[in-house]
Amino acid sequence: MRSIGYLLIGIFFGIVMFKSEAASWFRIYEMFQFQSFHMYGIIGSALFLGVIGVQIIKRKNLKSFYGERISFIPKEKSFSRYMYGGIIFGLGWALAGACPGPIFTLIGAGFLPILIVFLGSLLGTFFYGLLRKKLPH
Amino acid sequence: MEWIFEPWPWYVSGPLIAIIMFLLIFIGKGFGMSSNLRTMCTMCGADSKADFFDFDWKSQRWNLIVVAGAIIGGFIGANLLSNDLSVAINPDTVSILEDLGFSSAGEAYLPTELFTWEAVGGIKALIILLVGGILIGFGARYAGGCTSGHAISGLSNLQLPSLIAVIGFFIGGLVMVHLLFPLIF
Repeated sequence: MRSIGYLLIGIFFGIVMFKSEAASWFRIYEMFQFQSFHMYGIIGSALFLGVIGVQIIKRKNLKSFYGERISFIPKEKSFSRYMYGGIIFGLGWALAGACPGPIFTLIGAGFLPILIVFLGSLLGTFFYGLLRKKLPH
Repeated sequence: MEWIFEPWPWYVSGPLIAIIMFLLIFIGKGFGMSSNLRTMCTMCGADSKADFFDFDWKSQRWNLIVVAGAIIGGFIGANLLSNDLSVAINPDTVSILEDLGFSSAGEAYLPTELFTWEAVGGIKALIILLVGGILIGFGARYAGGCTSGHAISGLSNLQLPSLIAVIGFFIGGLVMVHLLFPLIF
């Protein structure tokens, strides 16, 4: 039953990524050129509602659909891993014009050369796993 | 209902993304796509090469189902909910891209100079896509999240680490587009 929920949320997510054009290489380029409000509006309005909603969940101690406690795990404190990792991710995001969610969306949309980006992202994840202990975190 | 076949404006798309995050929170999970890449590495046997991949991937099966949905959603969005796939970016952006050699700017969803098998056969596009993917996968895991995990979920929870990561995303993106693109294209 829960699996159907995950699947429906994923389908909804894929449709939104595609129809919002957040999965378009051109929109990502335009965002980094600061020549449109579109991507900033998407991220900004999602965040505006996100911040309010998370505060409400915390203050009212809201429970999940299944009556479980909702816990937000704080991110580990650090600077270097977030800054270095973030910069590397940003370089790839702008070059391939897609972040991980849209990569999957674009496979479904039929832009099959995105599979090369997908393969690369698996390799990149694997390389990180191999080098993790040698990197500053 | 005709609007549904048009590109969705930011004030529709952004709130829908927030709803997706809250649905996942209320179902007892969280919104984060790049962790699936680690799960897939483990499924492919990477746990024998590095202990980073040594975890019970079945605990992440729910997120793989979300991925399967995202693929189906992409199919529906492109084939059933769109009449015209071209992305109407700013005309100024179009002319910059044309100067860089992207003649498909303003007329396609993705640049045909990178995302067609014909282009990929020219090796340069192949290398660009592969390197782009490697940077995405490496950077997302190093930073502990991508756009969904940090820029949406983490910032919604007012996490300073996520703010640092998002600033990093933008430094990397701006360096790529403004300094490296003129060298690459």
